[in-house]
Amino acid sequence: MSATTFAGDTAYDDALADVADGATVLVGGFGMAGMPVELIEALIRQGAGDLTVVSNNAGNGDTGLAALLAAGRVRKVVCSFPRQKDSWVFDGLYREGRVELEVVPQGTLAERMRAAGAGIGAFFCPTGAGTLLGEGKETREIDGRLHVLEHPIRGDLALVKASVADELGNVVYRRTARNFGPVMATAAETVVVQVDRVVPVGGLDPEAVVTPSIYVDRVVVA
Amino acid sequence: MSRSKDEIAAAIAADIPAGSYVNLGIGQPTLVADHLTPGSGVVLHTENGMLNMGPAAHGDEIDPDLTNAGKIPVTELPGAAYFHHADSFAMMRGGHLDVCVLGAFQVSSGGDLANWHTGEPDAIPAVGGAMDLAIGARRVFVMMTLLARDGTPKLVPECTYPLTGLGCVDRVYTDLATFEVGPTARAAGGVRVLATYGTGVADLRELLAVPLVDATAAPADGG
Repeated sequence: MSATTFAGDTAYDDALADVADGATVLVGGFGMAGMPVELIEALIRQGAGDLTVVSNNAGNGDTGLAALLAAGRVRKVVCSFPRQKDSWVFDGLYREGRVELEVVPQGTLAERMRAAGAGIGAFFCPTGAGTLLGEGKETREIDGRLHVLEHPIRGDLALVKASVADELGNVVYRRTARNFGPVMATAAETVVVQVDRVVPVGGLDPEAVVTPSIYVDRVVVA
Repeated sequence: MSRSKDEIAAAIAADIPAGSYVNLGIGQPTLVADHLTPGSGVVLHTENGMLNMGPAAHGDEIDPDLTNAGKIPVTELPGAAYFHHADSFAMMRGGHLDVCVLGAFQVSSGGDLANWHTGEPDAIPAVGGAMDLAIGARRVFVMMTLLARDGTPKLVPECTYPLTGLGCVDRVYTDLATFEVGPTARAAGGVRVLATYGTGVADLRELLAVPLVDATAAPADGG
């Protein structure tokens, strides 16, 4: 099914009206580049709690993911790099034992979502073998090198920020704001993409489309 | 005289072959970029999804959609390419990245790297792309001081900090010397000392608890 476009004053809220408690939410962005701030704000207003959030970082400053954490909606964070100079919201909750943390090497985080989107059951990866993050994982020597077995990460919902979409749901990104967006868009049951602009079908160069419309459920523009 | 950070960075830059695809880790390794000559054809990779990254952005050049792995605004050079995270890390694991330069808490004589976690109970673990870079790049160069602030060596027989990767480091560039480490060097008798700066190999033997092979007279192999 092609994507539904949400526009107007309540677009972000309308696009996220059905998020359930306990959902696993993939949140794009690397720092603030590609962070879908308006969608996260709508998720806070919507009220779903007990969420598992999968994202590269665990929030910066007091907006976006940090605001979702501060609102007490997140049970667990799966990320590669929670600790930053402006991650005080996460740091506080973690030290108080109010949020769980699973640290995943950045490339493994991306690949586990890629595997989910590509229908791969699990994969052996050399990253983390022989380290704390490889402990407890099935380990196998392949071509003389240790690998650990990694399982897919699948989301109920993906929140992605891109640049332009067409009315079918084809998406292009801008510069390094692309980061996790295209991978997360393949890996969730419901994929919501916020964009700066929507163009008519035929308005994007097919050679330049990064996320094809088959992956996208909802496009939000406001 | 020991080397300054800039002199270490210059030495690393000189050992990076022309035309290499290179990732410079967050922090001190970014200094290496200042010493790469425009004619070298070195292409910088940043793991958040870009090749041919340019220098830091200033003033009107700053674009929140264009940052490096340290989340600092940067610029793009002609020939730049953007890609998503799974592709970016496939470039590392797939053996396409020629060199990465990383900082370290400790490196072992066998080339084990510890640079992501102090292991202290109250520390919040954060690994980022360090483990992927350590095992992915074809050659891993470490840039660090030889001694920690408390005077203990950071080049050690076995790492005591939590590991980032096993047997992954090739060279260690420090203020006092440049070393070749790894399983091959260890099997050949120990860590090879490639160059020293103000401290002779005999003094380094006093300082370090790892066997050293004096290779300072060997001709430089250009990296």
